[in-house]
Amino acid sequence: MLHIINKSPYDRPALDSVLKTGEGAILLIEDGVYAAVKGGAVEAKIKTALGKFKIYALTPDIDARGIADRVIDGVTQVDYAGFVDLVAENKTSQSWL
Amino acid sequence: MTTKQFMIVNRKAPYGTIYGWEALEVVLIAAAFEQDVSMAFLDDGVYQLKKGHQTKGIEIKAFEKTFGALEDYDVTKIYVDQESLTERGLTADDLTIAVEVLSRAEIGKRMEEQDIVLSF
Amino acid sequence: MAIEVNGKSYETDEEGYLVSLGDWNEEVGKFLAQQESINLTDAHWEVINFLRDYYTEFQIAPAVRVLTKAIGKKLGADKGNSQYLYELFPYGPAKQACKIAGLPKPTGCV
Repeated sequence: MLHIINKSPYDRPALDSVLKTGEGAILLIEDGVYAAVKGGAVEAKIKTALGKFKIYALTPDIDARGIADRVIDGVTQVDYAGFVDLVAENKTSQSWL
Repeated sequence: MTTKQFMIVNRKAPYGTIYGWEALEVVLIAAAFEQDVSMAFLDDGVYQLKKGHQTKGIEIKAFEKTFGALEDYDVTKIYVDQESLTERGLTADDLTIAVEVLSRAEIGKRMEEQDIVLSF
Repeated sequence: MAIEVNGKSYETDEEGYLVSLGDWNEEVGKFLAQQESINLTDAHWEVINFLRDYYTEFQIAPAVRVLTKAIGKKLGADKGNSQYLYELFPYGPAKQACKIAGLPKPTGCV
């Protein structure tokens, strides 16, 4: 399953909820991309999660927020076409609003 | 014109919601009417000030640039919460304009001094 | 709403401001000035170009108090006062000059 998260991990617990589901793919979009940034309190959580989840982040949202130079290693960046591919590749997807 | 002390409190990341831009418009309007305006950035609000926004891909105006006009509007009291920066791996050097980095308690004191506090 | 300049149509809002910043060119500026009954001189263009530069740099059209101060700093104190600017743009330098410059209505301009 593809879990789509659009909320900042510092503002809402959506990321924590998703991580508790066990495994799968996570796509970070909009304010969700802040989870993919090095140096913050969430970094350790993401690094641990990378063992179980494939984690993707949407490039236009990363660029908009000025954080392109500090994306955590192991997080894969995708563009809008890549977003569509991920939805197509996964049997189901869910937006954690 | 009566002058009041306004503080605009920013707690939201930019672009994901419209709050950041709306807050900045309120600041510019209050300042245009020669009010005594300050801004406080805490929690995800500190992300608004992160340098280097490239918003072409999401087709939203990069209002990071507008912070540069605050000086022309005589808005010079810009407070940023130290704790919120640290939690997000940011320092004052990552920010697009010169600010005053304060502890949460110091920002609390500044809030107490205001006539009007608007939270976004 | 729309205006037509040299056979091309440009979308405007209900107050006559250009909807898209990128639509502007000097011919469109001249047309908008004509609608405001303003004959553009070099002095007008100086203010219009200043506003367009300001918008590019800060993404906003400045309020009139800010415009006056900023023009004084850039073009000299004799031009940085509201009397000079109102002579050029009688219905409000921020409002009228912004419209001719193809910018949105200034923030804080009611």
